[in-house]
Amino acid sequence: MKQRSRRFIAVDVLLLVGAILPLVAILVLKALITPPTNGIEITGALVYFTFPTPIQPLPVTEAQVNSLAVIITILFLCLYMTHGIAAMPSTKRQLIAEWIVEKCCSMVHNNMGEYFGGFAPFIAAIMGLSAFSSLLSLLGLFPPTSDMNIVAGWAILVFGLITYYKFKAGPLKYLKSFAEPVPFLAPMNIISEVATPVSMAFRHYGNILSGSIISVLIAAALGGLSKLVLGWLPGVLGDFPFLRIGIPAVLSLYFDIFSGLLQAFIFATLTMMYIAGGFPQEAYEKRRARRREKKKAKEQAKTESV
Amino acid sequence: MLELALGIILGGCAVGAGLAMIAGIGPGIGEGNAVAKACEAIGRQPESKGDVTSTMITGCIIAETTGLYGLVIAILLIFVAPRQFVNILMENIGK
Repeated sequence: MKQRSRRFIAVDVLLLVGAILPLVAILVLKALITPPTNGIEITGALVYFTFPTPIQPLPVTEAQVNSLAVIITILFLCLYMTHGIAAMPSTKRQLIAEWIVEKCCSMVHNNMGEYFGGFAPFIAAIMGLSAFSSLLSLLGLFPPTSDMNIVAGWAILVFGLITYYKFKAGPLKYLKSFAEPVPFLAPMNIISEVATPVSMAFRHYGNILSGSIISVLIAAALGGLSKLVLGWLPGVLGDFPFLRIGIPAVLSLYFDIFSGLLQAFIFATLTMMYIAGGFPQEAYEKRRARRREKKKAKEQAKTESV
Repeated sequence: MLELALGIILGGCAVGAGLAMIAGIGPGIGEGNAVAKACEAIGRQPESKGDVTSTMITGCIIAETTGLYGLVIAILLIFVAPRQFVNILMENIGK
C-alpha cells in the first residue's frame, strides 16, 4: 500500500469531523433546551424556538433540526467515502461505496425498468435519509421519522413525482383516468389518489413511533418492577432500576435497528413501485412517436415549400 | 358536572383507542395467509425464492396499511385528542 500524503489524511479527518459534528451539536442542543422532567414521559418533538412571521408563528422543532443534521452527516459521509477515488479501487471505502452504488442501480433497474434508470440517486438518497433518521434514536435523540411532518414532506414529494409521470402521457389522458371504469366513480378515484401519500406517511411514521412508544412503556414498567422487587435494598441501591439494564437493549435491536431499516427499504420500494406503476409507458411512447412524426412532416413541408 | 364530563372524555378516548386497534386483526390474518402461501410456493419451487419473497413483502406492506390507520388513530386518541377535547370543554362550559 502506498504511503498517503499528510494533506490527504488531514482532509480525511476534516470530513469525518464534519460528519460527526452535527450529531454532537444536536446532542448538546437537546441537553441544553430539554426541560427537566420527573420520570418517563411520552411527548412529541420539542419546539426549540419559533419564528414570528406575519401570518402565523413558525415553530422550529427538534425533528426539523435533527433531520437537517442527518442530511449534513450523510453529505460528509458521502464525501468521505468518495475521497481519493481512483480508477483502480485501492481503498476499502471505495469498494464499499461502489458496492452501494451498484446495489442501488440494480435495484432500481429491476423494480422500475430501463426508462427510470436515472432514479437510482434519488432512491438511494431517500433510503439513506430514512435509515439514518431512524437510527438516530440509538443516540438517544428524537428520530425525525417519528414526526408526522417530516415523513409527510417526503410523501408529498413522492406524490408530486407520481403525478408528474402520470401527466407525461398527456393531460387529457390523465384526467380521463379518473373517470374509469365509469364516470360516477370519479370521487372514489380521487380519494384513492390522495390516499397514496397519506398511507405512505402514516406507514413510516406509525411504525417508528409505535416502536418508540412501546420501548418507553416497557422501560417505565421495568423501572416500576425493579422498585417493587428490589426496593428492600438499602440506600441508593433500592432506588436504582436494576432491571432496566440490558432488557430494553434487546427491544431496541428490533424496534430501532431492524424496524428502522425495514421501513427505509419499504419506503424506497413503494416509491419505486408507485412511480413506475403509474407511468403509462406505452401511451407515452406512442405520444412521443406521434409528435416526432408531426415534427418530421412539418419540416418536410417546410423544405418542400422552400 | 364538570368532573363527569372530564371522565367521559378521558374514558371515551381510551375506549376508542382500544376499539381502533381491532383494525389489527384484519392485517394479521391477511399477512399470515400471504406468508403461508409464499412458504408453499417456495417449497414447491425453491429456485424462485427471491422473487416470491420480494413480492410477498410488497403485498404485506399493502395489506398492513389498514392496520396502521387504526394504530395512528389509536395513538392520536391517547396522546393528542384528550387535551383538545378538554380544551373545547373548558372553552364552552367551565371558565
